[in-house]
Amino acid sequence: MYKITEMKFFNQNKILNLSFRSQKIILIFFLLILSIGLFEALVLSPEDYLQGDAVRIMYVHVPAAWMSLGIFSFIAFLSVLVFIFKNKNFILIAKSIAPSGFIFNIIALVTGSIWGRPTWGTWWAWDARITSMLILALFYLMYLMAWRIFENKNYVLKVTSFIAIFGSINVPIVKFSVDWWSTLHQPSSVNLISKTTIHSSMLIPLSIMTAAFVLFSLLIFLMKYNTELIKIKNKGLDRL
Amino acid sequence: MYGRKVKLRVLFLIVLFSSIILTIFLILKSLEENVVYFLSPTEVKNLNELTQDKIRIGGMVKKNSINISSEKINFVITDFKNEINVVYSGLIPNLFQENKGVVAEGFLEDKNYFKAEKILAKHDENYMPPKIKEKLGEK
Repeated sequence: MYKITEMKFFNQNKILNLSFRSQKIILIFFLLILSIGLFEALVLSPEDYLQGDAVRIMYVHVPAAWMSLGIFSFIAFLSVLVFIFKNKNFILIAKSIAPSGFIFNIIALVTGSIWGRPTWGTWWAWDARITSMLILALFYLMYLMAWRIFENKNYVLKVTSFIAIFGSINVPIVKFSVDWWSTLHQPSSVNLISKTTIHSSMLIPLSIMTAAFVLFSLLIFLMKYNTELIKIKNKGLDRL
Repeated sequence: MYGRKVKLRVLFLIVLFSSIILTIFLILKSLEENVVYFLSPTEVKNLNELTQDKIRIGGMVKKNSINISSEKINFVITDFKNEINVVYSGLIPNLFQENKGVVAEGFLEDKNYFKAEKILAKHDENYMPPKIKEKLGEK
């Protein structure tokens, strides 16, 4: 049984073909949804009663933060599977999705800083949410650097998996930091269990921008993944 | 179904995970004073001794408590149980308002009097257009 799934996973030509074709479609969808999202966020949506136009930064900041947290959890999940089942196809997926997560993490930090200056009155505060988000960025950086530093294949697999697994402890800390400790950062406004405290007219651009960011991640992921597959194919060797 | 090695690796990860979580929990618990960004007026009241260090106090700006004179501003931070008087001179952020969150950084003169060096506005989790806010205000 293991053999069959392996065969399916490693039918590289099929995967390559499929991902090349889907890239174009995803690019078109991404540009379309991004322009709708930006139009909603910058023109159609109302300003906030307190922050004024500064609220529009939220439409980039919040989806970017969600993406960076989600992608890191996904990488950690894949790394656990890699460690337990030694399935090396998963590690390629994890490696390819990491850069967009890092980019979103940086975007979240930078936009948060730009928002913080006019509203809080400071660019940066060492509160639990912001610091843990910085730690997440450092874990991303370590993860990406480890791929470049270590040449030995077996070694790089172990090192990157462990960075992801260690770093995943930080994810719930980021998420719940605003509930566990007093922070300058406000608690989350979009909640599944308790009431969402963002007005619906502002929730629309937020969801559209989130969809656009998901597509962007998918696009970057496919590009990276293709490159990895081509690398393996051209070497004609080791399938990692 | 799975081999002995797979089971061993799962067990290893579980042990590793619990040990890291426990370690981090202990570290954060012991550092709690430093992890919190600000103290509430009640927590200041409950301090055993006045600290000489720079601290931050956060809470709501009490209604009708802002008093601006030429070189300083006075207001009261409240958590609806205890209050603390704050004096400050310098720039205040745009969002600094009555009945809104605030974080003041500075030194305690005594348990009721705080000399701030920096004022930060704390935004809450509510986002809404001005019209909706007006409607809410009318109620």
